[in-house]
Amino acid sequence: MRYLEEYRDPAVARALVERIHRTASRRWTLMEVCGGQTHTIVRQGLDELLGDAVEMIHGPGCPVCVTPLEQIDKALAIAARPEVLFTSFGDMLRVPGSECDLQQLRARGAAVRVVYSPLDALELARRQPDREVVFFAVGFETTAPANAMAVWRARELGVPNFSVLVSHVTVPPAMTAILDSPDNRVQGFLAAGHVCSVMGWTEYEPIAAAYRVPIVVTGFEPVDILEGMAMCIAQLEAGRHEVENQYVRSVTRSGTVPARRQVERVFELVDRKWRGIGTIPRSGLALRPEFAAWDAERKFGLADVTVAEPAECHAGEVLQGRLKPHQCPAFGTLCTPERPLGAPMVSSEGACAAYYNYGRLRTPAGGAA
Amino acid sequence: MTASASRSLSGGPECPAPLAGDRVQLGHGSGGKLSAQLVKDLFLPHLGNDVLGQLGDAAVVPMVGIELAVSTDTFVVSPIEFPGGNIGSLAVHGTLNDLAMQGARPRYLTAGFVLEEGLPLATLDRVVAAMARAARDAGVLLVAGDTKVVERGRADGLYVNTTGIGALEADFRPAPDLVRPGDVLLVSGAIGRHGMAIMAAREGLSFRTAITSDSACLAPLVERLRAASPADVHALRDPTRGGVASALNELATASGVGVEMDEGSLLVPDDVRAACEVLGLDPLYVANEGILVGFVAPAAADAALAALQAHPLGRDARVIGRATVDHPRLVVLRTRLGGSRVVDLLPGDQLPRIC
Repeated sequence: MRYLEEYRDPAVARALVERIHRTASRRWTLMEVCGGQTHTIVRQGLDELLGDAVEMIHGPGCPVCVTPLEQIDKALAIAARPEVLFTSFGDMLRVPGSECDLQQLRARGAAVRVVYSPLDALELARRQPDREVVFFAVGFETTAPANAMAVWRARELGVPNFSVLVSHVTVPPAMTAILDSPDNRVQGFLAAGHVCSVMGWTEYEPIAAAYRVPIVVTGFEPVDILEGMAMCIAQLEAGRHEVENQYVRSVTRSGTVPARRQVERVFELVDRKWRGIGTIPRSGLALRPEFAAWDAERKFGLADVTVAEPAECHAGEVLQGRLKPHQCPAFGTLCTPERPLGAPMVSSEGACAAYYNYGRLRTPAGGAA
Repeated sequence: MTASASRSLSGGPECPAPLAGDRVQLGHGSGGKLSAQLVKDLFLPHLGNDVLGQLGDAAVVPMVGIELAVSTDTFVVSPIEFPGGNIGSLAVHGTLNDLAMQGARPRYLTAGFVLEEGLPLATLDRVVAAMARAARDAGVLLVAGDTKVVERGRADGLYVNTTGIGALEADFRPAPDLVRPGDVLLVSGAIGRHGMAIMAAREGLSFRTAITSDSACLAPLVERLRAASPADVHALRDPTRGGVASALNELATASGVGVEMDEGSLLVPDDVRAACEVLGLDPLYVANEGILVGFVAPAAADAALAALQAHPLGRDARVIGRATVDHPRLVVLRTRLGGSRVVDLLPGDQLPRIC
């Protein structure tokens, strides 16, 4: 398959691993921002292949993982209403709320449906005008354009029974928060390729300059990630701190301008709570006032709900790279994919799930490092 | 005439004889004339034979002093018809394959239908015809059946339960707990086709593919393996729900062995791989209905592989791994890049990714 197989080529991957070993004069600590990249690393065993050349810290870029508990509880409250058809990407269905998850709620009779696109949810609303169709708009900048488009179209077409529960977050403020943390160990970033496909990389240039940290926009296949690491390590060895682009087949410096414009038309920057991390200023997207009629929180009167998170879940430290998943005392014992305490154990992009599902041979459960 | 007259006398609305029509009605499950007509006009023309034709409360079949294998399965697939088959052919293949994996030669089949009021009879006819064809091709006699009809909205078109009965012989008894360390792991063909054909046929996907289900009766393939070296075929499984990953986990657990699998040797058709990529699914967990995985003693592996490859259903058969004393009860995939990862059972269905 073109644009796929060549980025999974074992010979190319081996050559890159050798290049990394040759270049690295010491063990560098890098963070891959996106959970999709974490999964490739653990799933393909790249961490095994790299040995001591590089330590990867897994970043906060999993949309399911960082969605705060209170947004899940709001989703559950909305989905439980008899007039509502609640639609969501598949990942969100098993994320635990305070009481249950969306899948369990569906088994109790709630109308919960997996969709692949927010525009499919809008179409459901048009076909069923007597039902309230709500879409759970989560994700980073990657999913924001399609979600913005759904709200835009709802206004254009005059669909009053459609609304979105927004829990959008943006990457650059999270990277800054990690770099500002006093115990930060990250020396270079692999930025999330698909986020940059939309946004470009101009936002990252001031971060690289201010914190003197190399940032390489990186794709998701094994060869992409190894090449991103090699580029990042080459910068560190040379004492450079620039934004570079490994993911050239998808990303340009200014990103996808029409998509960015659509996001700006519908959403505005707000302070946003991240699960396990807390509130990061101007790190989230919310609907602009002129789209308030399509805001599910307003429609169902849930804007003021706040919920505390369970103390035994260390997801916040994992999401900030302070703890490896298997170093969490609950990993594999109190917390498993069947009975997850926190979202990183649920999502296919969550670091805890990646370690549990793929890496158990290398990482014994129960807090052993 | 009489029926019509009596309705007039009772004051009810005048209507034509209710026995015709092109949709399933609640009356088709009433046990009355409509039921009998459905049996006589739809089921028996397709499925009829001397045993079924007895129409008794239970079928009477001849049996000599042998051991029987019995398996039952209920099919609720949506959509009812999909590229490569329908719920009828699937219900025959699925149950016969379960018998074959136990080393049994399938002989008899029963079928129970739950029909939703309003189901087009033409659809039911196609389903039953496919069922009859599948049974005929497998040399299996459908000997008993039942039909119930539920109100519209109480079922999704139609459900089928099939029970299969097969004959066992002492010299060929593969079983899930008989895998031994060193056994060679074979798969009879490409993975992921049935599940992705169903996904693509379901509403709500905005791309089209030409993926067809692999639904097929595996008994002839098993027959080849039996002929090649019956005692060396230790365990067989058809990796249906949960795919190859789940089937191997079940065998590893039952036998207490580890399983090593080589990612590079798995055959995933390009269209299946592409659809899985788009939807964020892992083909190892996608359902199959026309392949088997088997553990065979190392000395017999070449002969078993050749036997599979000699049959059209096994053309793409290959060795994909082996059983080991290492990591008991875990299935470990050696990635194409040389890394390794655990392939576990999923907690539930595969959930599509966000981005």
